[in-house]
Amino acid sequence: MTLGLFIPCYVDQLYPQVGRAAHSLLCQLGHEVVVPARPACCGQPMSNSGYASLSEGCVADFRAEFDRFERIVSPSGSCVLHLKESLEAAHHPLAHRVHELCEFLHDIEKVTSLPARFPHKVGLHSSCHGLRGLGLGRCSECLAPEFSKPAKLLSLVEGLELVTLERPDECCGFGGTFSVFEPDVSVSMGRDRIRDHAGHGAEFITSADMSCLMHLGGLLAREAPQVKAVHIAEILAGCVAEQRG
Amino acid sequence: MSHAANAHDFLRDPARAAWHDQTLWMVRVKRDRQAAKVPDWEALREAASQIKEHTLSRLAEYLEEFESRAAANGIQVHWAADGEEHNRIVHGILARHGVRKLVKSKSMLTEECHLNRHLEEHGIEVIDTDLGERIVQLQRKPPSHIVMPAIHLKRAEVGEVFHEHLGTPRGLDDAQELTEAARQHLRRQFLTADAALTGVNFAVAETGGFVVCTNEGNADMGAHLAPVHIACMGIEKIIPKQEHLGVFLRLLARSATGQPSTVFSSHFYKPRPGQEMHIVLVDNGRSRQLGREDYRRSLACIRCAACFNTCPVYRRSGGYSYSYFIAGPIGSILAPNVDKAAHGDMPFASTLCGSCSAVCPVKIDIHTQLLKWRQEITAEGHAPWWKTLAMRVTGLVLKRPALYALAGRLARHFLPLVNLLKLDPWTRSRALPEAPGQSFREWLAETERAKPPAKNPPP
Ligand code: SF4
Repeated sequence: MTLGLFIPCYVDQLYPQVGRAAHSLLCQLGHEVVVPARPACCGQPMSNSGYASLSEGCVADFRAEFDRFERIVSPSGSCVLHLKESLEAAHHPLAHRVHELCEFLHDIEKVTSLPARFPHKVGLHSSCHGLRGLGLGRCSECLAPEFSKPAKLLSLVEGLELVTLERPDECCGFGGTFSVFEPDVSVSMGRDRIRDHAGHGAEFITSADMSCLMHLGGLLAREAPQVKAVHIAEILAGCVAEQRG
Repeated sequence: MSHAANAHDFLRDPARAAWHDQTLWMVRVKRDRQAAKVPDWEALREAASQIKEHTLSRLAEYLEEFESRAAANGIQVHWAADGEEHNRIVHGILARHGVRKLVKSKSMLTEECHLNRHLEEHGIEVIDTDLGERIVQLQRKPPSHIVMPAIHLKRAEVGEVFHEHLGTPRGLDDAQELTEAARQHLRRQFLTADAALTGVNFAVAETGGFVVCTNEGNADMGAHLAPVHIACMGIEKIIPKQEHLGVFLRLLARSATGQPSTVFSSHFYKPRPGQEMHIVLVDNGRSRQLGREDYRRSLACIRCAACFNTCPVYRRSGGYSYSYFIAGPIGSILAPNVDKAAHGDMPFASTLCGSCSAVCPVKIDIHTQLLKWRQEITAEGHAPWWKTLAMRVTGLVLKRPALYALAGRLARHFLPLVNLLKLDPWTRSRALPEAPGQSFREWLAETERAKPPAKNPPP
């Protein structure tokens, strides 16, 4: 099918390799992938900071450009959650056609194999918006059977070993503009996360949300450069080696 | 001081902050273990949530039912519109009995109303008898946590407090010895008190009775010894039926401390012969919150503090970093109802991770309410001007593709410099990624130019 691919602003500008990986992965699965020029952002930075009215333009742009697609995919759980919630609040049916990448691969595409190989120890960071917001997995507060769509997809990657974490789904402390308005708490939370991952032998930290990885990766670069942050799309598309060596 | 500034101070001692985080995380872990032992825990949460929702929709009816049943049982019922009236009522009762010393079991409501200060001004000695609360009272500090008021203190610090105020030997650091000292001290207070005041965890409309949960039995010691028992409750503490207690008591202790039940769940129905029993029903802003559609569910709270223990921000900033007497996630949605300007930073002291809502035994959508308060606080002009400016500019740039592309190129150009200078709150501790030469959109445009035109144009 023809998919609309939504690449959010910060991924577009700072992590083009994540956009390329998502694009390549969806193409490999036989889809035609279209990236409309216009909406650069989902509007979440404004909305989370208390300026929801300023984010309405972004959501309107999104609606205008993406309404023509049967399915829209984005490699950013947080942005997808914000779009879904905004569209749902407006009772717009598009809300149900926007998918986070893992959700699309797991629920719609139902992939059972992937042509990727990644012989490394990997820590999965379950981003809060993906986990508790989009329901990509079961959160640890909830007394329901355990599942995780991203983990299931990663299990299809040859050679990849997921490490067990002490706090499997504690927030990394990014929180959008929280990361700059509350830098001390934000950094303290991030440090605890990377310690958990590195302490359990992870060589890579991956997530379905690049925003968490921007924060964690920023800390890793300063404090534990032997561990790298990579987006799950890069691993699933088999693009990491090509990008990061 | 803002939450961010207080948190900055709290985190100056990373070892202590890590200890605080780990101590409260262990409570969360204990909660998980206990919750897992209850079959259908999630169904129990749902039931609790629905009972509360229903009760809030008919609050007035249930309160009146409670009032008439309690009165028929011989309890004197009082209504207080605000904290001041509550304090006046309590003082009036105490003054009538010539009370000089009041023993008080844990009641966050009396913190809310600043009752201690009021009574002390009238020459009445108030002794908090919950151990944790007594410790912070001796320090003349408020509780830092609604269930474990002195959780921020280490044992040796408690030893210091006891040395100073109770005359124990200097350097006492043994749990057994400290508890014994507290026990002897509190026993004297119970025996010499003229009246007892307790909080209320649940008041049952159908019976006119109420339940007080403690782990130390201090509410019972006070209430059973003193000739006057005053129970103070916020009007949201009401539940319709006795059978509903089975739902809430199973949730409360497990969520709060990871115990299967509190050590004491004491049911009070009527005064014993010769005793006077009073109950004060306090509004103090609750009916205003009830009228706010977006936030009314915050009144379902049973004050278990599970949202505190799970909150990664609370654990790393401590109770005193919040400007309201109830800290943490629930405090952050209650405080703006009282004063948006004074507590305007509290809803921002969250990453909106949603762990609070997921752990809450009565399923309050805490993080959604935090986000809603942010909009209201900003719209009413309680945000700094530079934040508003920054957000307006961001909104403007993101709406205009050409401007956005230009801003992106510029940002990538200056990124290495920003990374080097480490002047802003981000790069002080975190690197920014290495600037890519090309944005994704630039790459895509280039790739598509190189491709032969597609046979089927996109729909
Ligand atoms: S909001 Fe929920 S989790 Fe927090 S104290 Fe109240 S009942 Fe407990």
